[in-house]
Amino acid sequence: MEIYWLLGIPLAGGTFLALWGNRRNAPEINVLFSLLTLVAAGVLTARIVAEGPIVVGDDWFFIDSFNVFLVALTAFVAFTTSLFSRPYMRIEKEHGRLTDKRLRLYHSSYQIFIAAMLLALTTNNMGILWVSMEAATLATVLLVSLYRTPASLEAAWKYFILCGVGIAQALFGTILLYFAAEKVLGSGGTALLWTHLNAVKDQLEPTVLQLAFVFLLVGYGTKVGLAPLHNWLPDAHAEGPTPVSAVLSGLLLNVALYAVMRSKVLVDGALGTEMAGSLMMGFGLLSVVVAAFLIKRQTDVKRMFAYSSIEHMGLVTFAFGMGGAVASFAGLLHMTMHSLTKSAIFFAVGHATQSAGTQLMDGIRGLIKTNPTIGWGLMLGTVAILGVPPFGVFASEFLIITTAMHEHPWATPFLLIALGVAFASIFGKVQPMVFGETELPKLPYQPALAPVFIHLGLVLMLGLFIPPYLALWYRQAAALLGG
Amino acid sequence: MSTGIVLQIAQTLLAILLAPLLMGWVNQCRAWLQGRSAPPLTQPYRMLRKLFHKDAVLAHDASRLFRFAPYIIFACMVLAAGIVPTIVNDLPFSPAADVIALVGIYALARVFLALAAMDIGTSFGTLGARREMLVSFLAEPALLMVFFTASLISQSTELPVIVQTLAHKEFAIYPSMAFAAVAFWMISVAENARIPVDNPTTHLELTMIHEAMILEYSARHLALIEWAVALKLFTYSALGIALFVPWGIAPRGDLGALPLALLALLVKMIVGGAALSLLEAISAKVRLFRAPEFLGTAFLLGVLGMLIHFLLEV
Amino acid sequence: MSLTYHLQVVNLLAALLLLISFAMLSQRRIVGLVTLFAWQGAALAVSTALVGWSTGQHHLYYSAALTLALKVIAMPWFFYRLVKKLDVGRDVEPMINIPTTMLIGIVLVIFAFNLALPISQMSGTVTRSTLGIAMATVLLAFLMMITRSKAIPQVIGFLAMENGLFFAATSATYGMPLVVEMGVALDVLVGVFVLGIFFFQIRETFDSLDLKHMEKLKER
Repeated sequence: MEIYWLLGIPLAGGTFLALWGNRRNAPEINVLFSLLTLVAAGVLTARIVAEGPIVVGDDWFFIDSFNVFLVALTAFVAFTTSLFSRPYMRIEKEHGRLTDKRLRLYHSSYQIFIAAMLLALTTNNMGILWVSMEAATLATVLLVSLYRTPASLEAAWKYFILCGVGIAQALFGTILLYFAAEKVLGSGGTALLWTHLNAVKDQLEPTVLQLAFVFLLVGYGTKVGLAPLHNWLPDAHAEGPTPVSAVLSGLLLNVALYAVMRSKVLVDGALGTEMAGSLMMGFGLLSVVVAAFLIKRQTDVKRMFAYSSIEHMGLVTFAFGMGGAVASFAGLLHMTMHSLTKSAIFFAVGHATQSAGTQLMDGIRGLIKTNPTIGWGLMLGTVAILGVPPFGVFASEFLIITTAMHEHPWATPFLLIALGVAFASIFGKVQPMVFGETELPKLPYQPALAPVFIHLGLVLMLGLFIPPYLALWYRQAAALLGG
Repeated sequence: MSTGIVLQIAQTLLAILLAPLLMGWVNQCRAWLQGRSAPPLTQPYRMLRKLFHKDAVLAHDASRLFRFAPYIIFACMVLAAGIVPTIVNDLPFSPAADVIALVGIYALARVFLALAAMDIGTSFGTLGARREMLVSFLAEPALLMVFFTASLISQSTELPVIVQTLAHKEFAIYPSMAFAAVAFWMISVAENARIPVDNPTTHLELTMIHEAMILEYSARHLALIEWAVALKLFTYSALGIALFVPWGIAPRGDLGALPLALLALLVKMIVGGAALSLLEAISAKVRLFRAPEFLGTAFLLGVLGMLIHFLLEV
Repeated sequence: MSLTYHLQVVNLLAALLLLISFAMLSQRRIVGLVTLFAWQGAALAVSTALVGWSTGQHHLYYSAALTLALKVIAMPWFFYRLVKKLDVGRDVEPMINIPTTMLIGIVLVIFAFNLALPISQMSGTVTRSTLGIAMATVLLAFLMMITRSKAIPQVIGFLAMENGLFFAATSATYGMPLVVEMGVALDVLVGVFVLGIFFFQIRETFDSLDLKHMEKLKER
């Protein structure tokens, strides 16, 4: 039952906000719907924790520890982002960058985007998974071009076309999967249901699944932002409104990676080889290295953090590719840490760029003087994402790298060098932004940065101490991924 | 055996005699479609007769090659006419050359025509020869692709076997042959110097290809070349019929099927000629440097046909 | 090997689909491209219906009808209107000249056929061999998207890709479950709708639908 609430609330929210328009309290309604979604997600999570994996709605939905963790994360970040976007978008409107009509589009699409992601996470049907991934893309295309500047239109176009092509590959992979499954499960609706597929995965035709996985990885990998298919990501993140960047980076990438992982479990079962894992490790490592070196050259702050997202998603992909209990655990942990930290950073960056009136890092100086809250938020977020202890990112990165040293020593130098380069360039660029000299006056209003500190607080807490039930939960999820 | 030889000779003679008629039919249709009053069907014969009665004029610099070339070209075409089955399949002469050698025979004729054109050293001759070589250089591989597609289906490069297989096929429709047919049509158009690659009625130096090569010929030499051109069109049409609509061609030794085969041939030729003139009437000649694109498309279709054969019909 | 007549027709339609893909690659005018796209959709719809009829998989009729409604009628109509309204029916010069594109296309087709061969050999469906053609169609559409610089040809390339995928689904598996197919169709429809809005935005901002204006965002 919770599942229907979980999907129904944001969907109803999207419809309602589209009809309601941008009245005075539309942002608050947006927050309200997000909060309700979060509550539904919480109830669902509690139930899964208590009862274990469930299949509901005539086999249509399937929730186990792996996806319920992502559901909770998605609902949570979606809620905090809506909190952040309330004042942020209002100021954007005051600056004349947005109109009522566009804000209506924004609020409505935001809710639909959340609904699409939650559907992707909870559906049991690999075909519906594809459909909802595509829906999530479509819901965000117009959000990326919300400002209607030439650059934002270009970014949205790139986003649409590249992700469209990518997702088409994924559809082909899904067709191949169905093609293999149909022989075992018979044609009809059941042949795409993940639980059914999982039960017979060792009977699926290996050659077909091998090809299917390549297509699925390339397709969903485009949305994860894996190099060399990452071109759309920095543009979309840099040119869209900041709340959109935050949810794209913090949530959509996770959901896409989730789709890859679901496929990987099936393919591993059918093949009995390391093929899928090796592919993921290769793509992951390449993304880490490429992104790290591209970070160095960025001048736009949102672009830089977008590349940092590619780097971290690459790291998670690499960890999942290695497989095994520890690596999967670390991958899941890192996914969580990255979502929380990166969205927090985007919140802080949003306010920083808003107050400085530019996204170029050269133009943003001395945040600590104009507004200490933004300054500290950005600094702490940066320190956290760079993997400085005691933040949680350190713990997960440490786990990933030690596992890599143990199992794939050849990859370690690449990882370490890439992480080092990323550290040096990001820190070197953020430091003057926060502590540099500035002539700008103090910010007249108090930015709403509670979400930043909530996120960072969580990251810090998880870095110091993972509550036993949470650790158990992660371990269960890791076991599902073939740990 | 002896009936075979008789039939062979009859078929070859028939081709030689009917070829100008086909040309006349095409010209007549074209005239109708262009709203002109048409020349009589027998116009090509009259022209040939007229040319044969004239005295030949030879250029000062013409070598022996220039004089021999028309005979060689005509002989090549007669040879081709002997090989391609028009009404009876698998005649004694057909094993003489398979489809690849057939392409070679056409190439031989073309080489001599080009050499003769360059022999006298006029600028038009050389220009025409160069253009002709460009076109044929692109058309030949495409033609081979078409033949390969047919050969792959029938597992042989011998024309009689191909015709035999295609006339009694296991598939009702060969998708690959559909591609090959379109490719073949484009190639024939190019090889026979028709619109849109060349225009048989133009003498415009910017565009002409074939006509530029035979400008210096007169009288019986010209007559032979014109006749060879008509024969070439005829044999190409016969080839197209044999490959793509082979129904009605009499199998060997079945004399009773002959009248029907003759009738079928006539009907197909009439329809084919009309279609050719129709397409010529509705399309415009392309610029010379677009001709490679045209023939490239033909080649592409040929290759596609072959690929599709591998995928769909094996 | 003996195929029934209607499956031979399906094979022929498959070949036709591939031919249309090539024609699209060589097409210079946007209006012509839209027409070809409609034809491709028609071939797809007919072949889907035929497969459904000959194999008794009646749910394929729905997807055939869906294809007919969306890809033969609604979308071409929408594109024609768009072309007229935005006045972009003029010639489009592709970024790579056409013969070269065609040659690359041939290579792609060979690649796709090779890739599909082992799969089609183990497929139990009657129309198995068309999987390679479907894959080739997808790759050719992809090639078209890469080589065109205008927005509408790119989108048509994208939709042609979707056509190829649909064809793969019908030819290899007799179609996906209907719910999935409906979902895909809905996505495509919404996608085209979003694009329509998008075209106007691009046009409003750049005064042209040529994507050459949109090359600012690059790594320096």
